[in-house]
Amino acid sequence: MWDYTDKVKDHFLNPRNVGKIDDADAVGEVGSLACGDALRLFLKVENERIVDARFQTFGCGSAIASSSALTEMVKGKTLDEALLVTNRDIAEFLGGLPKEKMHCSVMGREALEAAINNYRGIETTQHELEGEVVCECFGVTDAQIRRAVEENDLKSVEDVTHYTKAGGGCERCLPDIERLLAEVRGAREARPAPAAAAPRKLTNLQRIQLVQKVIDEEIRPSLQADGGDLELVDVDGTTVYVSLRGTCTHCPSSQLTLKGGVEARLKEIVDPELQVVEVQ
Amino acid sequence: MAEIYLDNNATTRVDPAVFEEMRPYFCELYGNPSSMHTFGGQVGGRLAEARERVAALLGCEPVEILFTSCGTEGDSTAMRSALEAQPEKRHLITTKVEHPAVLNLANHLVKKGYHLTLLGVDAEGMIDLDELRSSLRDDTALVSLMYANNETGTIFPIQAAAELVKSRGIPFHTDAVQAAGKLPLDLRTLPVDYLVLSGHKLHAPKGVGALFVRRRTPFRPFLIGGHQERGRRGGTENVPGIIALGKACELAGAHLAEENTRVRALRDRLEQGLLAAIPDARLNGHPTERLPNTSSLAFKFVEGEAILLLLDQKGICASSGSACTSGSLEPSHVLRAMGVPFTYAHGSIRFSLSRFTTEAEVDAVVAELPRIIERLRAISPFREDDAPTAVCTC
Repeated sequence: MWDYTDKVKDHFLNPRNVGKIDDADAVGEVGSLACGDALRLFLKVENERIVDARFQTFGCGSAIASSSALTEMVKGKTLDEALLVTNRDIAEFLGGLPKEKMHCSVMGREALEAAINNYRGIETTQHELEGEVVCECFGVTDAQIRRAVEENDLKSVEDVTHYTKAGGGCERCLPDIERLLAEVRGAREARPAPAAAAPRKLTNLQRIQLVQKVIDEEIRPSLQADGGDLELVDVDGTTVYVSLRGTCTHCPSSQLTLKGGVEARLKEIVDPELQVVEVQ
Repeated sequence: MAEIYLDNNATTRVDPAVFEEMRPYFCELYGNPSSMHTFGGQVGGRLAEARERVAALLGCEPVEILFTSCGTEGDSTAMRSALEAQPEKRHLITTKVEHPAVLNLANHLVKKGYHLTLLGVDAEGMIDLDELRSSLRDDTALVSLMYANNETGTIFPIQAAAELVKSRGIPFHTDAVQAAGKLPLDLRTLPVDYLVLSGHKLHAPKGVGALFVRRRTPFRPFLIGGHQERGRRGGTENVPGIIALGKACELAGAHLAEENTRVRALRDRLEQGLLAAIPDARLNGHPTERLPNTSSLAFKFVEGEAILLLLDQKGICASSGSACTSGSLEPSHVLRAMGVPFTYAHGSIRFSLSRFTTEAEVDAVVAELPRIIERLRAISPFREDDAPTAVCTC
């Protein structure tokens, strides 16, 4: 039995945004029956902003959860903002995935790119199969492997298989994967380490907007899935005032949710100084 | 939530009577049978009784039974022993659908310089005796064929295969881990040299098994150590486990008729109920030559791990030959060898019953699974009339 986080289980058991958009402005498809998982992503776009996202997925629990998470993450984003979503973001949104299932998050990111390419009139097949096929079993190119290594700091052939599926079939391509891994890692290690980015200094307005965004996009959907909810009441400097709603009001674990869940996430994304306070 | 356990080919519940039989040997009669004192020595008699019970189930002499720790150890001991006894012979025959205990050892032996022939199977998981016949060589050291497949339940024609192989004077090994306790086995008429069983597949605990080695078969121990098992398997005996295995074998013999009538009927009720209720479903395995407790079904356009997770939500335990369940990226080697189409292979679920399975449990699965498949098909992009043109070269 895989050790899935509660959030993965929630998005698998209660997937958000399932189905087609009949008049979709963009469709992205990756995977196949033979590969064992496939994702078809539908986007509705207005003024370069994603106003709706839906999905159809054939695959395991992680694949369905990753697809559901992806649709939640991209709704409301501009296309350029959505293109910044990485497979790591999808996995982190879910509280992590087993390493063997990271390819499900990669499938999400690839479907998103395919959909945006489709919207922008870029031929997906050309984009997807850029480079030379290294893994014949799963149709993975050297470009895909290089990118996965680069973006996820992969260190072993096994990691590459977990993230891209390359090498997971007949294994004839393992020496090629090893070579690509050495090339990319060699190039990475030769680069001077980037200077540590200065911490972002948010204006009050930016802080309020970001708090609202995290609550709306991440926190409320997971609480609503269990019949609860949370409302942002006010933000005063680094103190965030919230009010619990629905089943959360009587929940014995509500303080744990506020401190361990809501506050921890806001500290991580918005400002490490933030404190969450409940008001009635 | 009441648990409905239909994964008995993975492991079984220890029969309460078996547990009671082994219980005193942990804290009360914990002596070492090799000891010179009466306290330890008295245990030796119970080991002999357990050996007789195992031999009675198989129709062999007690002296032909060696106690092991598991099926894998039995397979390794038998195969390595046969090869070591004939160092001049470098060819091995087995099948593409064996349990990893045999298949991975065979592949390892290739690295040591052995030539390996892997027999294929047809769409029902059955071997072809003509292919076996034509594969036999003068330097064939061993033929190893499983008695029944753990994933599909397909039963190989072991009697005919063993007669054919023995007519050429070649040693024959069968991994009977799934068959022992479910099918009548009689080594008086079945001409195999080595046969392996595992305790936890027939309601004994994990950590004990047995290896049958026919008299006068050349033997080389795998675990070399003390004098235990007449010098054929070193290591202090797992006394509680062996006593449990003896009792489990006695009970399995007593329940053999039930296994092939009541359990088989329950399996058929489950299988027919599901195939009738769920469109685009099919059976993996042989329709008739199959273990009475096993049903491997495949559901088009859905994925096995997702099915298992939703079954688990309902307290139903089964297993899958799908890729995602195991962490592998491809469906099971058994389903691939059978040529099960990818449209089905990824959505394969194995149900395996036992004598503890009830009609109510089977009916609960027949009620729940169609809803689960429907739910996953509603999410799936694949439809007969609407298949994606997915970008994938595989």
